[in-house]
Amino acid sequence: MVDLFELLIGKEGENDYKKKPVIVQGITGKFGSFHTQQMRAYGTNIVAGVTPGKGGQKIEEIPIYENMKDAVSATGAKISIVFVPAKFFLSAAIDALESGIKLLIAIPEHVPVKDALTVVDLAKKKDAIVIGPNTPGIIIPGVIKIGIMPASPFKPGRIAVLSRSGTLMYEVSHNLSLANFGQSICLGIGGDPINGTPLIEAFERIRNGTNVDGVVVVGEIGGDAEEMLAQHIIDTKFDKPVVAYIAGRAAPKEKRMGHAGAIIYGNYGSAESKVSMYAKANVPVAKRPAEVPMLLAGKMEKGRIK
Amino acid sequence: MRLLEYQAKSLFAEYGIPIPKGLTSTDIEQGRKDANALGFPFVIKAQMAVGGRGKAGAIQKCHNADEFELKYPEIMQKVVKGEKTKAILLEKMADIKKELYLSLFLNRGKRCYTIITSSEGGVEIESVKSQIIREVGLGNVDAKTAEEVGKEIGLKDKSLAQFVDILQKLSKVTVEKEAELAEINPLAILKDDSLVALDGKVIIDDNSMFRHDELRKFQEISELEEKAEKSGFSLVELDGNIAVVGNGAGLVMSTLDMLSDHGGKPACFLDVGGGATTETVYEALTLISKMKKVKGILVNLYGGIVKTTTVATAFIKAYENKVIDIPVFARMSGSEADKSKEMLKGSRTKMFDTIEEAINAAVIEVNKNG
Repeated sequence: MVDLFELLIGKEGENDYKKKPVIVQGITGKFGSFHTQQMRAYGTNIVAGVTPGKGGQKIEEIPIYENMKDAVSATGAKISIVFVPAKFFLSAAIDALESGIKLLIAIPEHVPVKDALTVVDLAKKKDAIVIGPNTPGIIIPGVIKIGIMPASPFKPGRIAVLSRSGTLMYEVSHNLSLANFGQSICLGIGGDPINGTPLIEAFERIRNGTNVDGVVVVGEIGGDAEEMLAQHIIDTKFDKPVVAYIAGRAAPKEKRMGHAGAIIYGNYGSAESKVSMYAKANVPVAKRPAEVPMLLAGKMEKGRIK
Repeated sequence: MRLLEYQAKSLFAEYGIPIPKGLTSTDIEQGRKDANALGFPFVIKAQMAVGGRGKAGAIQKCHNADEFELKYPEIMQKVVKGEKTKAILLEKMADIKKELYLSLFLNRGKRCYTIITSSEGGVEIESVKSQIIREVGLGNVDAKTAEEVGKEIGLKDKSLAQFVDILQKLSKVTVEKEAELAEINPLAILKDDSLVALDGKVIIDDNSMFRHDELRKFQEISELEEKAEKSGFSLVELDGNIAVVGNGAGLVMSTLDMLSDHGGKPACFLDVGGGATTETVYEALTLISKMKKVKGILVNLYGGIVKTTTVATAFIKAYENKVIDIPVFARMSGSEADKSKEMLKGSRTKMFDTIEEAINAAVIEVNKNG
């Protein structure tokens, strides 16, 4: 299995240690070009862009290629971030995975389930990691930002944040930073019903990180990702502190609450079901985002940045 | 998008899944014509996107014209779990020997479709112990798999052959129409061992609708929700009197929770989205102004990519143009928050440092004004 931290940071001594090359798919769009600037300003090493029909051109000195095969062979990048509209996501993702991309960050919202399942299937065959769709991306504060999150909420540190929601990832990280709990990684799972990397798998990828002292899981109603994670924490006797938050306790049933994945059918996906499973796993659930650092402080004394 | 029973059944019929003879109407005059065409007795079924219709009296047998005149209007007025009757299906009664359960369902956790079937149908599947569950990837079901699960629920001969046929057709509905759920409950075995779908529930993946113009006719969203969708934000109408606005679905849900915890009643969930501009926020406020029940607006913004000043400008414009005349309670954090506070000084938008304070003030003020 490819190691997430190694893909994102690399190993000390490597030429591109902490400067891993990243390709932007859909780099010439309004959204893609704006965030390319933002990521670069944060220090992310954007080496190429892909926009069919604009191969050979440049955008702010970044070369643009017709397709991922050309971009990958020119740069050797293993990471790409996708900004194309939802209906073009499937072909962009196939292009990336077939060209050797090992970490694909899928930003688009409104990707059909069928397309997401197809990409999940291909990623398995290629031993690649897909984050999203409908994710804000990944940030390792102070090192690399591959996503659309603002930089200000995040501070370097030793807490991993996994989130099904974008703004709540910012809000919770902001609260953690204020309480001097910096973050080793913040990863957006995505708000869709089908995730390239489901919560439980994201958890597996970060749990043994030597830079991870504790985990904050920001969830919401819909599906059973939190229930599965809670069971997994019990089964694997995970002994680092975990604190959770769940949005949507007051949401009505059978109504899609903004995110495609945030919908309750019967008891499936309800907040009560998630809270009760977390209780079994001894994971405290915050009532509001500002409570997260307090609960975390109760579970641990180390991990604070001075 | 959840289809109503008659809509789901029209899809079933299109794919050759047997359904009882039935006719759908939205007023009693058409209903009478349908009744004559169908002939007594039949079942009157309220068409609404909710389970538990039978228990709530929204499905009733009807034996003659006198009964029809009483029951049709009664069922038309039914409200079950907040859902109103949208239409009425009159359907011939079937000669039932046994009821089964059958569905294809997108399992989010396993990231594949699953067949769920049981020899106990007609009740909620959650309450059934003897379920057969089979994972089928992207939803395609071959004859061999269909036969195996059919045998596992005890079918044989004619019923088994029909079950295999229906399951494969249901799989086709699921895959071709991109459904997250296609359910037949109950799937009835009749006295002659043939099978018929007595009910139908289909949920279409909303994100696939751009490939399914043929399903648009089933789409039913409120006028406000449709406007919101066009402007790129999501709106869910609720029963209370405080509109909740923010950026990001998670943040707005979280605000809804906290407001409810403090005894406030949300009037709507409105996520202006990650790409909000002054224009879209202004549009959002215009929508809210059309919801007469709203007595106050609670705003929770985490400014990042969307600057809080973008939103503040929209509020100022909305007051100037008298689009809104109700108090606003806002917490704006992040990008340019101080500047926004300055801009909104002296307006009817009260700014707070934390969302908790904003909620407290909103609940007190709105309750005071009744």
